[in-house]
Amino acid sequence: MSLDTFRKDTRAWLEANCPESMRKPIRSEADICWGGKNWTFASADQKVWLDRMAEKGWTVPAWPTEYGGGGLSKDEAFVLKEELKAIGARSPLDSFGIWMLGPALLKYGTHEQKAEHLPPIARGEIRWCQGYSEPGAGSDLVSLRTKGVLDGDAYTVNGQKVWTSYADQSDWIFALVRTEADAPKYNGISFLLIDMEQPGVSTKPIKLISGKSPFCETFFDDAKALVRNRLGEAGQGWEIAKYLLSHERAGIVSEAAFGGLNPVTAAHQSGEVEEDGRLSDPVLRGDVARLTIDGLAFDATMRRVKEEADHGEGVGARASMLKYIGTELNKRRNELNMSALGYDGLLWEGDKESDGETARSWLRSRANSIEGGTSEIQLNIVAKRVLDLPSA
Amino acid sequence: MTFVLNEDEQMLRDSARGFLAEASPVSALRKLRDAKDPVGFSKELWGQMAEMGWTGVLVEEAHGGVEMGYSAAGVILEEIGRTLTSSPYLSTAVMGATVLNLAGTDAQKDSWLPRIAAGECVFAFALDERARHNPEKIDARAVKDGNGFRLNGAKRYVVNAMGADMLVVAARTEDDKINLFLVDPKADGVERTARRTVDSHVPADIKFADVKLTGESLMAGAEDSEAAYRHLLDAGRACQAAELYGSALQAFDVTLDYLKGREQFGVSIATFQGLQHRAAHLYGELELTQSLVRRALTTLDTQPSQAPLWCAAAKAKATQVARLAAAEGIQMHGGVGMTDEYDIGLYYKRAQAAGEYLGDDAFGAGEVARLSGY
Repeated sequence: MSLDTFRKDTRAWLEANCPESMRKPIRSEADICWGGKNWTFASADQKVWLDRMAEKGWTVPAWPTEYGGGGLSKDEAFVLKEELKAIGARSPLDSFGIWMLGPALLKYGTHEQKAEHLPPIARGEIRWCQGYSEPGAGSDLVSLRTKGVLDGDAYTVNGQKVWTSYADQSDWIFALVRTEADAPKYNGISFLLIDMEQPGVSTKPIKLISGKSPFCETFFDDAKALVRNRLGEAGQGWEIAKYLLSHERAGIVSEAAFGGLNPVTAAHQSGEVEEDGRLSDPVLRGDVARLTIDGLAFDATMRRVKEEADHGEGVGARASMLKYIGTELNKRRNELNMSALGYDGLLWEGDKESDGETARSWLRSRANSIEGGTSEIQLNIVAKRVLDLPSA
Repeated sequence: MTFVLNEDEQMLRDSARGFLAEASPVSALRKLRDAKDPVGFSKELWGQMAEMGWTGVLVEEAHGGVEMGYSAAGVILEEIGRTLTSSPYLSTAVMGATVLNLAGTDAQKDSWLPRIAAGECVFAFALDERARHNPEKIDARAVKDGNGFRLNGAKRYVVNAMGADMLVVAARTEDDKINLFLVDPKADGVERTARRTVDSHVPADIKFADVKLTGESLMAGAEDSEAAYRHLLDAGRACQAAELYGSALQAFDVTLDYLKGREQFGVSIATFQGLQHRAAHLYGELELTQSLVRRALTTLDTQPSQAPLWCAAAKAKATQVARLAAAEGIQMHGGVGMTDEYDIGLYYKRAQAAGEYLGDDAFGAGEVARLSGY
């Protein structure tokens, strides 16, 4: 089928099948469809939209059809994305299964593992969370100590994970577990898929400076993980984790760079502008202008890196540079939002659900340069892998 | 393509890099400086640039140019920035050709564009009148006098003026509009005073006292003379930003080499995290600068109406980052970075001078705010 025909067919199908209420922008967390066994659909339309898209395999358009995907080529997937955007359609399903575990399963999984785990991700039936960090293993992730002991056809897992987003609402967890006690630390970790619906797994939410959060602690007390649910070889977990982290970093960057309140809008909200639209405080105006310049530069750099990638230059370790710049920029934007709002920005709780949103976003942004590898870790990576500076 | 160089531009970059490393390394600037060269650039090198076809990148083929556009001019200026080459390239091949294309009459174009393409003349721009760049604060006056004009005013920081064959002067006419005039630097009433600046260039301050101009000296080819003036400044900013970016890149490369070669406490100082993080941060800033500079240049070529914002942003960022790259370079070199023997200090000086020209980072930020409507 030619790309033009595909576009025509796609447009017609979307027009006929995307419910009207699913063609409005996502306003809050409640509008996102995460799926899973315990999922309560926000509306009948949300379910209809997910079911219809899953039926076509278009929740994961580029995955193979035998695993619940749409089997689309890169170009077709791009056309679909454009057509979805054209009618303002919401994503039918978002999940860590799609963004993170899926790509790793496709790369490292056996046929049996793919057949078992990918289709439920594509249909939004199983919700996954990620178990990497531990209380004693943050930036130094490879020193993690959650232990798995082989016992017949299963590992017995003991230990604790932290910063497991949405663990309290998830069905399964993909976790890094030290299974090879005697191996060197980089070679002793396995990548295990663990069913959370068992007595040995429990979770506890974490409250942040920004208030409620999706983060949890997750505890394993003699939890069982079947050997057939180990992705890759025993001891190959670190390699898979690094592959996955690059996907996570890309996600944080695109989140940091786009959308959200900007200081000019904030100044209009607080009335700190002159009649001609000029920001009232000239020094703040200068700070905002320098943010605008760096924002334009970052946006142009994302496009350039993409253009260069299309010409065969890999992104490689430059992803670390983008993560560093994008997250630092987002923190600056939030600080200037608060400054432009003045006293108005300090509101924490009020009558409306949106009251306190700016302050929460500002506080939450501090985590951008910690999660997914701190800014300092990204600078280490750039120094070693891009600038070729030697290790100590 | 917005960001990736096409094949012609890649070849141009490679040949420019090779040629300038040979014909105009940093030592060439030191020679001009130490000899107190009266014009501050080498006319011989200017002739060689013309032979390579560089002077005609913004001149159409009918006038003897190769018409490759601002993107290509930026490629050359980046390499000029790398070697700190002092030349009339920006003032003549870029701004001279630009002003003729935008505001030249047919006669002016026919007369000057072929000479620019052939490297047979040097242009200098008498624009600013104050200590900081301010394109609206023009007090110079050109008053009607018979068929011609009488020009009065005082200009600051006219780059390459001492070696110029032609001056382009911004002056207000009786309708209070800013117009551009072609003025012979040797005409009666034109008084040039050379200023040796920190970057070893030789700009001049110029007084115009009752200078008689013919009617043909007015650049009357543009529908809106002030729009042409502003577009000239935008093009100048983007191309000056390209030169600054080249200088910043070279300052960074020189510094990385130094880090890798220097030992203290019995180890390579390149292993120190404190220095690695400074270098990695600088790398990110350079990448941001590259994107803005490329975007500004290609926007001039393909969507000129969108150029003001990108040119202002690129000049501001390149100014800030060229200064940062050289300042960090001095710091990471340590004591030898303060000596005249090492080149890094020359990059710091040039970053300051080229940074001020046509508006520094503070000026650019103000423009970005204004153009963004806040």
